[in-house]
Amino acid sequence: MRKLDYAGAIREATTQEMERDSRVFVYGIGVPTWSSIFGTTKGIPEKFGKERCFDTPISEDAMTGFGLGAAIRGLRPIHVHIRVDFMILATNQLINMVSNYTYSTGGKLKVPLVVRAVIGRGWGQGAQHSKALFSNFTHIPGLKVIAPTTPSDMKGMMIAAIRDDNPVICFEHRWLYWAEEDVPEEPYEIPLGVGRILRPGKDVTVVGLSWMNVEARLAADILAKRGVSVEIVDPRTLAPLDENLIVESVKRTGRCIIADCDWVDSGFSAELSARINEKCFGKLKAPVKRIGFAQTPAPTVRELENEFYPNAKTIVHAVEDMLGLEAANLDGEDFFSHERRFRGPF
Amino acid sequence: MSFAREPLPKATTIKLFKSLFLARRSEEYIVKHYAENLMRTPMHMSMGQEFVCVGVCSALEGKADVFASYRSHAAFLAQTHDTDRFFSELYGRTSGTGEGKGGSMHLAAPDQGHILSSGVVATQIPVAVGAAFANRQLKTGRTSVVFFGDGAADAGVFWESINAAALFKLPVIFVCEDNGYAVDTPREARQVSKSLSDAVKPFGADTYEDDSGDVESVYSLAKEAVAKAHRDRRPAFLNVKCCRYLEHVGIGTDWNWGYRDQATVEREWIDRDALKVQRARLAKHQVTESAIAAMEDEIDKAIQASVKRASQAPIPTPDRLHAGVFYEKA
Ligand SMILES: Cc1ncc(C[n+]2csc(CCOP(=O)(O)OP(=O)(O)O)c2C)c(N)n1
Ligand SMILES: [Mg+2]
Repeated sequence: MRKLDYAGAIREATTQEMERDSRVFVYGIGVPTWSSIFGTTKGIPEKFGKERCFDTPISEDAMTGFGLGAAIRGLRPIHVHIRVDFMILATNQLINMVSNYTYSTGGKLKVPLVVRAVIGRGWGQGAQHSKALFSNFTHIPGLKVIAPTTPSDMKGMMIAAIRDDNPVICFEHRWLYWAEEDVPEEPYEIPLGVGRILRPGKDVTVVGLSWMNVEARLAADILAKRGVSVEIVDPRTLAPLDENLIVESVKRTGRCIIADCDWVDSGFSAELSARINEKCFGKLKAPVKRIGFAQTPAPTVRELENEFYPNAKTIVHAVEDMLGLEAANLDGEDFFSHERRFRGPF
Repeated sequence: MSFAREPLPKATTIKLFKSLFLARRSEEYIVKHYAENLMRTPMHMSMGQEFVCVGVCSALEGKADVFASYRSHAAFLAQTHDTDRFFSELYGRTSGTGEGKGGSMHLAAPDQGHILSSGVVATQIPVAVGAAFANRQLKTGRTSVVFFGDGAADAGVFWESINAAALFKLPVIFVCEDNGYAVDTPREARQVSKSLSDAVKPFGADTYEDDSGDVESVYSLAKEAVAKAHRDRRPAFLNVKCCRYLEHVGIGTDWNWGYRDQATVEREWIDRDALKVQRARLAKHQVTESAIAAMEDEIDKAIQASVKRASQAPIPTPDRLHAGVFYEKA
């Protein structure tokens, strides 16, 4: 096997599916341009031509309806948004149209549409280029929602999403694009709706969403040095949710921290917490704890950004709190800095 | 203007008459029976405007992919002539277009070229553009046609869609059923441009204005517009003036609302009702009164039979509520 990064996993999944199935095409603002959505569509226009990889007007609403129309008439579109914040303009189509036509036609229409959205903290992105908004979409029946964390999960889940006959929204945290690991070269599917235990443990379950799994791994390493064993569960698919995997983990550990890269109020963490409380009542040794954005718009200045976004430290302290441990001095620890790779501008 | 190219062949005149009559009589049935409270779905009636959809769908001879608004009855019946599934859906039966889950605003028969209908103003418009793209890529030879009201042209997505269709060189047929009102708000209170066609033209669509109120005019116009759209690889915008006879939603009239004058509407529209005009044309083609009556009788009987089948069809069982949120392979 060879190493591949997360952006490469998306590119490879897309390319292999476009080779296999001539109905697959990819489009969106900036998709065929030089910057190619963090490299995820690099080489695709040259290989497949303008009819199967193309740019669009800045008309998110119409271009989402366009994807729906293409999907119900026999193609398999992939629509890309370089920020979820811009996909808000597509929500009329996603929520009023895309999600409900299979149902309201008694199954006569199928909607094999993939919508990719980049999320997350960048580099001083402020309030309009940094959201996640998972629960805005998991709230809606008829939409599948995925947020893979690892490159190998991304490749298999992207292929599964493209082959799915239902609309799938794929959230991609921009800090994950450079994550690398061994990824099989041949095409493979990881079924949607199946979660994954990223790290087994016995004292506390951390349910991580997207990037927060990276932070959770670091937190788990730090805590392991103090004899605390953390289990990390990555749901991977948010809707439909692999509830059982999470519930069984929490029943084993008796403790649960949900680490989200989104707002906490009415966020996806609220849904997870509710389900864990419903299904694990009596087995919980402590109340479920949620970690996420501060309930403010995202600020720009670094010092406030650091307060706004949770990270491994937040998780370490939450675990300590839950287990009644003294707060450790984390001064010697090496935390992730996006700036090692990136110094702007976008 | 009028695009009527008289005389159309007798068979075409008959076909248009029958299709108009089917839509009109189906809605007259609804008007008569709505109060029984068995068709429990909001109805936006096409009555008066049927000639627009009938003219366009007939011109495409089954080769259309139709996208409609909530005012979907005439579009659906003009395209499919399927009164069985139509009434079954209105009665909420498993044999309906959406097994009772769609209702009047979501009529759909993709296998017959009525792809979908939508209740949120203008949402169906961009979908037709994507369908045209699929039709080109898959070389189906079908034409994407979208019906919408003058109110939908207030929406940004209408302009986005016209622009995208022209940019991508897609022969989408945009048909504005211009009844002059969005509910009771007149066009002048919502739009600055005197003529929608003039506003659309610079976006790169061929535009046509039809104020004939005549199904044969719309039919001939659609033939011309569709051929040109395919030949020149660009969208067409057909603004067809028409008149909604009933209230915005529901089966009553709305003369007491005060926003339009009954006498004026009767003089300008109802007196030259498209169905009446088309019936008179049959006589010119030497179709006898008894032959016309026989055609009408046949359609009435078909409607009655469909209603009977619908009322005898099963109502969905409660377990159907959760079924079909996601696509299930047949
Ligand atoms: C986006 C949206 N806004 C408001 C409404 C409420 N509404 C339903 S029909 C309608 C008027 C639309 O007028 P027009 O497009 O001219 O169609 P007509 O009803 O005349 O056929 C309005 C405002 C809606 N359904 N969708
Ligand atoms: Mg109107």
